Amino acid sequence: MHRVNVESGPFLDRFDPRSRILAALAFSLLVAVANRPAAVLAALAVATGCAALSGLPISTIARRMTPVNVFMLLLVALMPLASGGREIGSLGPLRYGEEGLRLALTIAVKGNAIVLMLVALLGSLDVTNVGHALSHLHVPDKLTHLLLFTIRYLDVLRREYARLHGAMKLRGFRPRANMHTYRTYAHLIGMLLVRSLDRSERVVAAMKCRGFRGHFYLLDHFHFSRRDIPFALVSVVAMTALACLEWL
Amino acid sequence: MNDAIVRLQQVTFRYGERTVLDQCDLDLHPGERLGLCGANGSGKTTLLGLIVGLHRPKQGQVIVLGKERHTEADFREVRGPVGMLFQDSDDQLFSPTVAEDVAFGPFNLGKSRSEVEAIVGRTLAGLGMEAYADRVTYKLSGGEKRLVAIATVLAMEPEVLLLDEPTAGLDEEATERLAEILLGLPQAMLLVSHDREFLRRISTRTVRLEAGRLALVE
Repeated sequence: MHRVNVESGPFLDRFDPRSRILAALAFSLLVAVANRPAAVLAALAVATGCAALSGLPISTIARRMTPVNVFMLLLVALMPLASGGREIGSLGPLRYGEEGLRLALTIAVKGNAIVLMLVALLGSLDVTNVGHALSHLHVPDKLTHLLLFTIRYLDVLRREYARLHGAMKLRGFRPRANMHTYRTYAHLIGMLLVRSLDRSERVVAAMKCRGFRGHFYLLDHFHFSRRDIPFALVSVVAMTALACLEWL
Repeated sequence: MNDAIVRLQQVTFRYGERTVLDQCDLDLHPGERLGLCGANGSGKTTLLGLIVGLHRPKQGQVIVLGKERHTEADFREVRGPVGMLFQDSDDQLFSPTVAEDVAFGPFNLGKSRSEVEAIVGRTLAGLGMEAYADRVTYKLSGGEKRLVAIATVLAMEPEVLLLDEPTAGLDEEATERLAEILLGLPQAMLLVSHDREFLRRISTRTVRLEAGRLALVE
Protein backbone atom coordinates (compact mmCIF):
# COMPACT_ATOMS: atom_id res chain seq x y z
CA MET A 1 0.00 0.00 0.00
CA HIS A 2 2.89 2.28 -0.64
CA ARG A 3 2.48 5.30 -2.80
CA VAL A 4 4.93 5.56 -5.58
CA ASN A 5 3.70 8.29 -7.87
CA VAL A 6 2.72 6.22 -10.82
CA GLU A 7 0.79 8.59 -13.01
CA SER A 8 2.00 12.01 -12.07
CA GLY A 9 5.18 13.00 -10.34
CA PRO A 10 8.76 13.12 -11.58
CA PHE A 11 9.70 10.89 -14.47
CA LEU A 12 12.03 8.55 -12.61
CA ASP A 13 9.54 8.13 -9.78
CA ARG A 14 7.24 6.17 -12.01
CA PHE A 15 9.42 3.08 -12.05
CA ASP A 16 9.50 0.15 -9.69
CA PRO A 17 11.86 0.85 -6.75
CA ARG A 18 13.44 -2.57 -7.24
CA SER A 19 14.54 -1.87 -10.79
CA ARG A 20 15.90 1.49 -9.64
CA ILE A 21 17.92 -0.10 -6.86
CA LEU A 22 19.31 -2.75 -9.19
CA ALA A 23 20.15 -0.19 -11.87
CA ALA A 24 21.89 2.06 -9.33
CA LEU A 25 23.86 -0.89 -7.98
CA ALA A 26 24.96 -2.07 -11.42
CA PHE A 27 25.92 1.46 -12.45
CA SER A 28 27.97 1.97 -9.27
CA LEU A 29 29.87 -1.29 -9.75
CA LEU A 30 30.57 -0.52 -13.39
CA VAL A 31 31.80 3.01 -12.72
CA ALA A 32 33.85 1.85 -9.75
CA VAL A 33 35.94 -0.46 -11.93
CA ALA A 34 36.09 1.86 -14.97
CA ASN A 35 39.32 3.74 -15.64
CA ARG A 36 39.41 5.21 -19.13
CA PRO A 37 38.64 8.93 -19.26
CA ALA A 38 36.01 8.44 -21.98
CA ALA A 39 34.05 5.88 -19.97
CA VAL A 40 34.28 7.84 -16.76
CA LEU A 41 33.19 11.12 -18.36
CA ALA A 42 30.34 9.39 -20.19
CA ALA A 43 29.19 7.93 -16.87
CA LEU A 44 29.14 11.40 -15.34
CA ALA A 45 27.10 12.64 -18.30
CA VAL A 46 24.59 9.81 -17.93
CA ALA A 47 24.29 10.46 -14.18
CA THR A 48 23.76 14.18 -14.82
CA GLY A 49 21.01 13.34 -17.31
CA CYS A 50 19.30 11.09 -14.78
CA ALA A 51 19.56 13.75 -12.10
CA ALA A 52 17.81 16.16 -14.46
CA LEU A 53 15.02 13.59 -14.96
CA SER A 54 14.68 12.88 -11.23
CA GLY A 55 12.65 16.02 -10.63
CA LEU A 56 14.64 16.78 -7.48
CA PRO A 57 15.30 20.50 -6.94
CA ILE A 58 18.84 21.57 -7.81
CA SER A 59 19.36 22.83 -4.27
CA THR A 60 18.62 19.35 -2.87
CA ILE A 61 21.00 17.72 -5.31
CA ALA A 62 23.70 20.29 -4.54
CA ARG A 63 23.27 19.72 -0.80
CA ARG A 64 23.69 15.97 -1.22
CA MET A 65 26.73 16.37 -3.46
CA THR A 66 28.60 18.75 -1.14
CA PRO A 67 30.11 16.24 1.32
CA VAL A 68 31.44 14.08 -1.52
CA ASN A 69 33.10 17.02 -3.19
CA VAL A 70 34.70 18.36 -0.05
CA PHE A 71 36.37 14.98 0.23
CA MET A 72 37.29 14.98 -3.47
CA LEU A 73 38.84 18.44 -3.17
CA LEU A 74 41.07 17.11 -0.44
CA LEU A 75 41.98 14.17 -2.65
CA VAL A 76 42.88 16.36 -5.64
CA ALA A 77 44.96 18.60 -3.40
CA LEU A 78 46.88 15.88 -1.63
CA MET A 79 47.12 12.84 -3.88
CA PRO A 80 49.52 14.29 -6.51
CA LEU A 81 52.01 14.89 -3.71
CA ALA A 82 52.33 11.23 -2.93
CA SER A 83 52.68 9.73 -6.38
CA GLY A 84 55.26 9.83 -9.13
CA GLY A 85 54.99 10.82 -12.78
CA ARG A 86 56.14 13.97 -14.54
CA GLU A 87 56.56 16.89 -12.19
CA ILE A 88 54.15 19.70 -12.99
CA GLY A 89 55.00 21.96 -10.11
CA SER A 90 56.57 22.08 -6.68
CA LEU A 91 55.88 23.72 -3.39
CA GLY A 92 59.10 23.92 -1.40
CA PRO A 93 60.21 20.33 -0.93
CA LEU A 94 56.86 18.95 -2.18
CA ARG A 95 56.65 17.70 -5.76
CA TYR A 96 53.34 17.80 -7.57
CA GLY A 97 53.12 14.78 -9.91
CA GLU A 98 51.06 14.50 -13.10
CA GLU A 99 50.21 10.85 -12.59
CA GLY A 100 48.71 11.57 -9.19
CA LEU A 101 46.66 14.47 -10.46
CA ARG A 102 45.22 12.33 -13.26
CA LEU A 103 44.30 9.62 -10.77
CA ALA A 104 42.74 12.04 -8.32
CA LEU A 105 40.65 13.67 -11.03
CA THR A 106 39.47 10.28 -12.28
CA ILE A 107 38.41 9.34 -8.78
CA ALA A 108 36.63 12.67 -8.35
CA VAL A 109 34.65 12.22 -11.57
CA LYS A 110 33.82 8.59 -10.73
CA GLY A 111 32.71 9.50 -7.22
CA ASN A 112 30.50 12.27 -8.48
CA ALA A 113 28.97 10.06 -11.15
CA ILE A 114 28.09 7.32 -8.65
CA VAL A 115 26.68 9.60 -5.97
CA LEU A 116 24.76 11.65 -8.51
CA MET A 117 23.22 8.48 -9.93
CA LEU A 118 22.28 7.25 -6.43
CA VAL A 119 20.68 10.60 -5.65
CA ALA A 120 18.80 10.57 -8.96
CA LEU A 121 17.50 7.02 -8.74
CA LEU A 122 17.04 6.56 -5.00
CA GLY A 123 16.89 10.11 -3.63
CA SER A 124 13.17 10.44 -4.16
CA LEU A 125 12.33 7.06 -2.58
CA ASP A 126 11.41 7.20 1.05
CA VAL A 127 13.38 4.87 3.24
CA THR A 128 10.39 2.69 3.90
CA ASN A 129 10.14 1.88 0.22
CA VAL A 130 13.84 1.16 0.06
CA GLY A 131 13.43 -1.25 2.96
CA HIS A 132 10.56 -3.04 1.29
CA ALA A 133 12.26 -3.15 -2.07
CA LEU A 134 15.37 -4.66 -0.46
CA SER A 135 13.22 -7.25 1.24
CA HIS A 136 11.58 -8.15 -2.07
CA LEU A 137 15.03 -8.42 -3.62
CA HIS A 138 15.80 -11.11 -1.01
CA VAL A 139 18.28 -9.09 0.99
CA PRO A 140 18.49 -11.00 4.33
CA ASP A 141 15.54 -10.22 6.62
CA LYS A 142 17.77 -9.28 9.51
CA LEU A 143 19.34 -6.46 7.53
CA THR A 144 16.06 -5.05 6.21
CA HIS A 145 14.49 -5.22 9.66
CA LEU A 146 17.49 -3.50 11.13
CA LEU A 147 17.01 -0.74 8.57
CA LEU A 148 13.27 -0.42 9.14
CA PHE A 149 13.52 -0.49 12.94
CA THR A 150 16.30 2.08 12.82
CA ILE A 151 14.14 4.42 10.78
CA ARG A 152 11.17 3.86 13.03
CA TYR A 153 12.96 4.52 16.30
CA LEU A 154 15.47 7.13 15.20
CA ASP A 155 12.93 9.86 15.70
CA VAL A 156 11.83 8.48 19.08
CA LEU A 157 15.47 8.48 20.18
CA ARG A 158 16.03 11.96 18.82
CA ARG A 159 13.06 13.24 20.80
CA GLU A 160 14.28 11.47 23.92
CA TYR A 161 17.68 13.08 23.43
CA ALA A 162 16.10 16.49 22.90
CA ARG A 163 14.03 16.10 26.08
CA LEU A 164 17.02 15.11 28.20
CA HIS A 165 19.22 17.77 26.67
CA GLY A 166 16.53 20.41 27.12
CA ALA A 167 16.10 19.43 30.76
CA MET A 168 19.86 19.73 31.24
CA LYS A 169 19.88 23.21 29.77
CA LEU A 170 16.97 24.25 31.97
CA ARG A 171 19.10 23.38 34.96
CA GLY A 172 21.78 25.72 33.77
CA PHE A 173 24.03 23.33 31.85
CA ARG A 174 26.31 24.98 29.34
CA PRO A 175 28.82 22.82 27.47
CA ARG A 176 32.44 23.86 28.08
CA ALA A 177 35.74 22.13 27.58
CA ASN A 178 35.93 20.65 31.04
CA MET A 179 35.48 17.40 32.93
CA HIS A 180 31.99 18.32 34.10
CA THR A 181 30.83 18.68 30.48
CA TYR A 182 32.37 15.40 29.37
CA ARG A 183 30.92 13.57 32.34
CA THR A 184 27.51 15.09 31.74
CA TYR A 185 27.52 14.06 28.09
CA ALA A 186 28.66 10.58 29.06
CA HIS A 187 25.70 10.37 31.44
CA LEU A 188 23.38 11.61 28.72
CA ILE A 189 24.57 9.01 26.22
CA GLY A 190 24.54 6.30 28.87
CA MET A 191 21.00 7.20 29.80
CA LEU A 192 19.94 7.11 26.16
CA LEU A 193 21.44 3.63 25.80
CA VAL A 194 19.72 2.35 28.94
CA ARG A 195 16.41 3.80 27.82
CA SER A 196 16.78 2.33 24.34
CA LEU A 197 17.44 -1.07 25.85
CA ASP A 198 14.34 -0.73 28.04
CA ARG A 199 12.32 0.41 25.10
CA SER A 200 13.50 -2.43 22.91
CA GLU A 201 12.34 -4.83 25.62
CA ARG A 202 8.93 -3.19 25.72
CA VAL A 203 8.71 -3.28 21.93
CA VAL A 204 9.47 -6.99 21.90
CA ALA A 205 6.89 -7.54 24.65
CA ALA A 206 4.30 -5.63 22.61
CA MET A 207 5.18 -7.66 19.53
CA LYS A 208 4.84 -10.91 21.46
CA CYS A 209 1.43 -9.78 22.68
CA ARG A 210 0.39 -9.55 19.07
CA GLY A 211 1.50 -13.07 18.32
CA PHE A 212 4.98 -12.40 16.93
CA ARG A 213 6.98 -15.60 16.47
CA GLY A 214 10.03 -14.39 14.64
CA HIS A 215 8.65 -13.90 11.18
CA PHE A 216 7.62 -10.70 9.46
CA TYR A 217 5.05 -10.48 6.74
CA LEU A 218 4.98 -7.72 4.18
CA LEU A 219 1.73 -6.11 3.23
CA ASP A 220 3.10 -4.34 0.20
CA HIS A 221 3.85 -5.91 -3.06
CA PHE A 222 5.56 -4.01 -5.78
CA HIS A 223 4.50 -4.69 -9.26
CA PHE A 224 6.91 -4.86 -12.10
CA SER A 225 4.71 -3.18 -14.65
CA ARG A 226 4.93 -2.69 -18.36
CA ARG A 227 6.45 0.74 -17.91
CA ASP A 228 9.42 -0.85 -16.17
CA ILE A 229 10.46 -2.78 -19.27
CA PRO A 230 11.71 0.28 -21.21
CA PHE A 231 13.48 1.45 -18.04
CA ALA A 232 15.25 -1.89 -17.72
CA LEU A 233 16.13 -1.88 -21.45
CA VAL A 234 17.50 1.67 -21.37
CA SER A 235 19.53 0.81 -18.28
CA VAL A 236 21.02 -2.27 -19.92
CA VAL A 237 21.85 -0.39 -23.13
CA ALA A 238 23.42 2.54 -21.26
CA MET A 239 25.55 0.25 -19.16
CA THR A 240 26.61 -1.85 -22.11
CA ALA A 241 27.69 1.34 -23.86
CA LEU A 242 29.72 2.38 -20.82
CA ALA A 243 31.30 -1.07 -20.69
CA CYS A 244 32.23 -0.79 -24.39
CA LEU A 245 33.87 2.59 -23.82
CA GLU A 246 35.92 1.05 -21.06
CA TRP A 247 36.96 -2.28 -22.52
CA LEU A 248 36.82 -2.06 -26.30
CA MET B 1 -18.63 -18.14 39.38
CA ASN B 2 -16.66 -20.19 36.92
CA ASP B 3 -17.34 -18.21 33.80
CA ALA B 4 -14.43 -15.79 34.29
CA ILE B 5 -12.38 -15.22 31.11
CA VAL B 6 -9.39 -14.15 33.15
CA ARG B 7 -8.76 -15.35 36.66
CA LEU B 8 -5.79 -14.84 38.94
CA GLN B 9 -5.75 -17.15 41.94
CA GLN B 10 -3.50 -16.45 44.91
CA VAL B 11 -0.90 -14.95 42.58
CA THR B 12 2.35 -13.77 44.08
CA PHE B 13 4.98 -11.93 42.10
CA ARG B 14 8.30 -10.44 43.14
CA TYR B 15 10.88 -8.23 41.50
CA GLY B 16 13.97 -9.36 43.37
CA GLU B 17 13.23 -8.66 47.03
CA ARG B 18 10.22 -6.47 46.39
CA THR B 19 6.85 -8.20 46.51
CA VAL B 20 4.61 -6.60 43.91
CA LEU B 21 1.64 -8.92 44.13
CA ASP B 22 0.90 -10.82 47.30
CA GLN B 23 -1.59 -13.68 46.95
CA CYS B 24 -3.70 -11.65 44.65
CA ASP B 25 -7.15 -12.76 43.39
CA LEU B 26 -8.89 -11.29 40.37
CA ASP B 27 -11.81 -12.29 38.15
CA LEU B 28 -12.79 -10.75 34.86
CA HIS B 29 -16.13 -11.81 33.40
CA PRO B 30 -17.44 -11.49 29.84
CA GLY B 31 -18.94 -8.09 29.15
CA GLU B 32 -17.34 -6.59 32.22
CA ARG B 33 -15.19 -3.44 32.17
CA LEU B 34 -13.05 -3.74 35.26
CA GLY B 35 -11.15 -0.66 36.35
CA LEU B 36 -7.81 -1.05 38.10
CA CYS B 37 -6.26 1.86 39.96
CA GLY B 38 -3.37 2.19 42.38
CA ALA B 39 -0.30 4.27 43.13
CA ASN B 40 2.67 4.54 40.77
CA GLY B 41 4.75 1.41 40.94
CA SER B 42 2.04 -0.55 42.74
CA GLY B 43 2.23 -3.29 40.10
CA LYS B 44 -0.70 -2.56 37.80
CA THR B 45 1.30 -3.01 34.61
CA THR B 46 2.94 -6.11 36.07
CA LEU B 47 -0.50 -7.58 36.71
CA LEU B 48 -1.43 -7.10 33.06
CA GLY B 49 1.89 -8.65 32.03
CA LEU B 50 1.12 -11.72 34.14
CA ILE B 51 -2.13 -12.31 32.28
CA VAL B 52 -0.43 -12.43 28.87
CA GLY B 53 2.66 -14.25 30.12
CA LEU B 54 5.22 -11.46 29.90
CA HIS B 55 5.94 -12.33 33.54
CA ARG B 56 5.44 -15.61 35.38
CA PRO B 57 4.05 -15.71 38.92
CA LYS B 58 6.15 -16.92 41.82
CA GLN B 59 3.09 -18.70 43.19
CA GLY B 60 -0.55 -19.08 42.25
CA GLN B 61 -2.45 -19.74 39.06
CA VAL B 62 -3.14 -17.68 35.98
CA ILE B 63 -6.27 -18.99 34.31
CA VAL B 64 -7.16 -17.51 30.95
CA LEU B 65 -10.05 -18.70 28.78
CA GLY B 66 -10.75 -21.55 31.14
CA LYS B 67 -7.24 -23.05 31.15
CA GLU B 68 -4.37 -22.77 33.55
CA ARG B 69 -1.40 -21.18 31.80
CA HIS B 70 2.17 -22.02 32.63
CA THR B 71 4.47 -22.27 29.63
CA GLU B 72 5.30 -19.88 26.80
CA ALA B 73 3.29 -22.13 24.47
CA ASP B 74 0.25 -21.78 26.77
CA PHE B 75 0.52 -18.03 26.63
CA ARG B 76 0.95 -17.91 22.86
CA GLU B 77 -2.61 -19.20 22.61
CA VAL B 78 -3.68 -16.39 24.91
CA ARG B 79 -2.11 -13.55 22.99
CA GLY B 80 -4.60 -13.55 20.15
CA PRO B 81 -7.82 -13.58 22.20
CA VAL B 82 -6.36 -11.27 24.84
CA GLY B 83 -5.27 -7.96 23.35
CA MET B 84 -3.02 -5.64 25.28
CA LEU B 85 -2.66 -1.91 24.78
CA PHE B 86 0.66 -0.57 26.01
CA GLN B 87 1.05 2.63 27.94
CA ASP B 88 3.45 4.17 25.43
CA SER B 89 2.12 3.76 21.91
CA ASP B 90 5.63 4.18 20.55
CA ASP B 91 6.41 0.80 22.09
CA GLN B 92 3.54 -0.78 20.27
CA LEU B 93 3.72 0.82 16.83
CA PHE B 94 6.89 -0.23 15.11
CA SER B 95 5.91 -0.62 11.47
CA PRO B 96 6.57 2.17 9.01
CA THR B 97 2.94 2.71 8.06
CA VAL B 98 -0.36 2.44 9.91
CA ALA B 99 -1.75 -0.25 7.60
CA GLU B 100 1.31 -2.43 8.07
CA ASP B 101 1.14 -2.09 11.82
CA VAL B 102 -2.52 -3.06 11.90
CA ALA B 103 -1.71 -6.00 9.59
CA PHE B 104 1.08 -7.30 11.83
CA GLY B 105 -1.17 -9.12 14.35
CA PRO B 106 -3.53 -10.77 11.83
CA PHE B 107 -0.54 -11.99 9.79
CA ASN B 108 0.90 -13.56 12.92
CA LEU B 109 -2.42 -15.31 13.47
CA GLY B 110 -1.91 -16.93 10.05
CA LYS B 111 -4.48 -15.01 8.02
CA SER B 112 -4.07 -14.77 4.27
CA ARG B 113 -3.09 -11.54 2.54
CA SER B 114 -6.63 -10.85 1.28
CA GLU B 115 -8.14 -11.56 4.71
CA VAL B 116 -5.59 -9.26 6.31
CA GLU B 117 -6.35 -6.45 3.88
CA ALA B 118 -10.05 -6.82 4.63
CA ILE B 119 -9.38 -6.79 8.39
CA VAL B 120 -7.17 -3.71 8.12
CA GLY B 121 -9.82 -1.85 6.15
CA ARG B 122 -12.62 -2.92 8.48
CA THR B 123 -10.75 -2.15 11.68
CA LEU B 124 -9.63 1.30 10.59
CA ALA B 125 -13.11 2.10 9.28
CA GLY B 126 -14.62 0.99 12.61
CA LEU B 127 -12.54 3.65 14.34
CA GLY B 128 -13.16 6.25 11.65
CA MET B 129 -9.51 6.14 10.62
CA GLU B 130 -9.65 4.94 7.00
CA ALA B 131 -7.68 7.98 5.90
CA TYR B 132 -4.74 6.97 8.08
CA ALA B 133 -3.89 3.69 6.35
CA ASP B 134 -0.82 5.00 4.52
CA ARG B 135 0.32 7.49 7.13
CA VAL B 136 3.75 7.03 8.65
CA THR B 137 3.29 5.92 12.26
CA TYR B 138 6.01 7.99 13.88
CA LYS B 139 4.67 11.18 12.40
CA LEU B 140 1.24 10.84 14.07
CA SER B 141 0.19 12.88 17.10
CA GLY B 142 -0.10 11.24 20.53
CA GLY B 143 -3.88 10.85 20.25
CA GLU B 144 -3.67 9.42 16.76
CA LYS B 145 -0.98 6.98 17.83
CA ARG B 146 -3.19 5.73 20.68
CA LEU B 147 -6.10 5.14 18.31
CA VAL B 148 -3.86 3.32 15.84
CA ALA B 149 -2.49 1.22 18.70
CA ILE B 150 -6.06 0.30 19.61
CA ALA B 151 -6.68 -0.61 15.97
CA THR B 152 -3.65 -2.90 15.99
CA VAL B 153 -5.10 -4.72 18.99
CA LEU B 154 -8.67 -4.86 17.68
CA ALA B 155 -7.44 -6.24 14.36
CA MET B 156 -6.67 -9.48 16.18
CA GLU B 157 -10.37 -9.74 17.08
CA PRO B 158 -9.75 -10.27 20.78
CA GLU B 159 -12.27 -11.35 23.42
CA VAL B 160 -10.54 -9.44 26.18
CA LEU B 161 -8.75 -6.10 26.19
CA LEU B 162 -6.07 -5.15 28.66
CA LEU B 163 -5.58 -1.40 28.56
CA ASP B 164 -2.60 0.15 30.33
CA GLU B 165 -3.23 3.84 31.01
CA PRO B 166 -5.10 4.43 27.76
CA THR B 167 -5.66 8.12 28.56
CA ALA B 168 -2.05 8.91 29.46
CA GLY B 169 -0.88 11.93 27.52
CA LEU B 170 -4.19 12.53 25.77
CA ASP B 171 -5.99 15.87 25.70
CA GLU B 172 -9.66 16.24 26.59
CA GLU B 173 -10.92 15.76 23.08
CA ALA B 174 -8.86 12.63 22.45
CA THR B 175 -9.88 11.24 25.85
CA GLU B 176 -13.52 11.82 24.99
CA ARG B 177 -13.14 10.05 21.66
CA LEU B 178 -11.37 7.15 23.37
CA ALA B 179 -14.15 6.88 25.96
CA GLU B 180 -16.78 6.67 23.24
CA ILE B 181 -14.82 4.01 21.40
CA LEU B 182 -14.30 1.89 24.53
CA LEU B 183 -17.96 2.16 25.55
CA GLY B 184 -18.95 0.95 22.09
CA LEU B 185 -16.79 -2.18 22.21
CA PRO B 186 -18.32 -5.52 23.24
CA GLN B 187 -15.13 -6.97 24.72
CA ALA B 188 -14.45 -7.51 28.40
CA MET B 189 -11.81 -5.04 29.55
CA LEU B 190 -9.29 -4.63 32.28
CA LEU B 191 -8.58 -0.95 32.41
CA VAL B 192 -5.60 0.49 34.27
CA SER B 193 -5.94 4.21 34.86
CA HIS B 194 -5.19 7.05 37.25
CA ASP B 195 -8.03 9.07 35.82
CA ARG B 196 -10.85 8.60 38.35
CA GLU B 197 -13.38 10.42 36.21
CA PHE B 198 -12.53 8.23 33.23
CA LEU B 199 -12.74 5.04 35.29
CA ARG B 200 -16.07 6.06 36.81
CA ARG B 201 -17.44 6.60 33.35
CA ILE B 202 -16.11 3.48 31.65
CA SER B 203 -15.80 0.73 34.20
CA THR B 204 -18.57 -1.40 35.61
CA ARG B 205 -16.49 -2.16 38.71
CA THR B 206 -13.23 -0.75 40.02
CA VAL B 207 -10.57 -2.36 42.18
CA ARG B 208 -7.54 -0.77 43.79
CA LEU B 209 -4.14 -2.39 44.00
CA GLU B 210 -2.45 -1.58 47.27
CA ALA B 211 0.43 -3.34 49.01
CA GLY B 212 0.13 -6.25 46.63
CA ARG B 213 -3.56 -6.88 47.29
CA LEU B 214 -6.70 -5.96 45.39
CA ALA B 215 -9.63 -4.29 47.08
CA LEU B 216 -12.98 -3.21 45.66
CA VAL B 217 -13.38 0.57 45.47
CA GLU B 218 -16.60 2.00 47.01
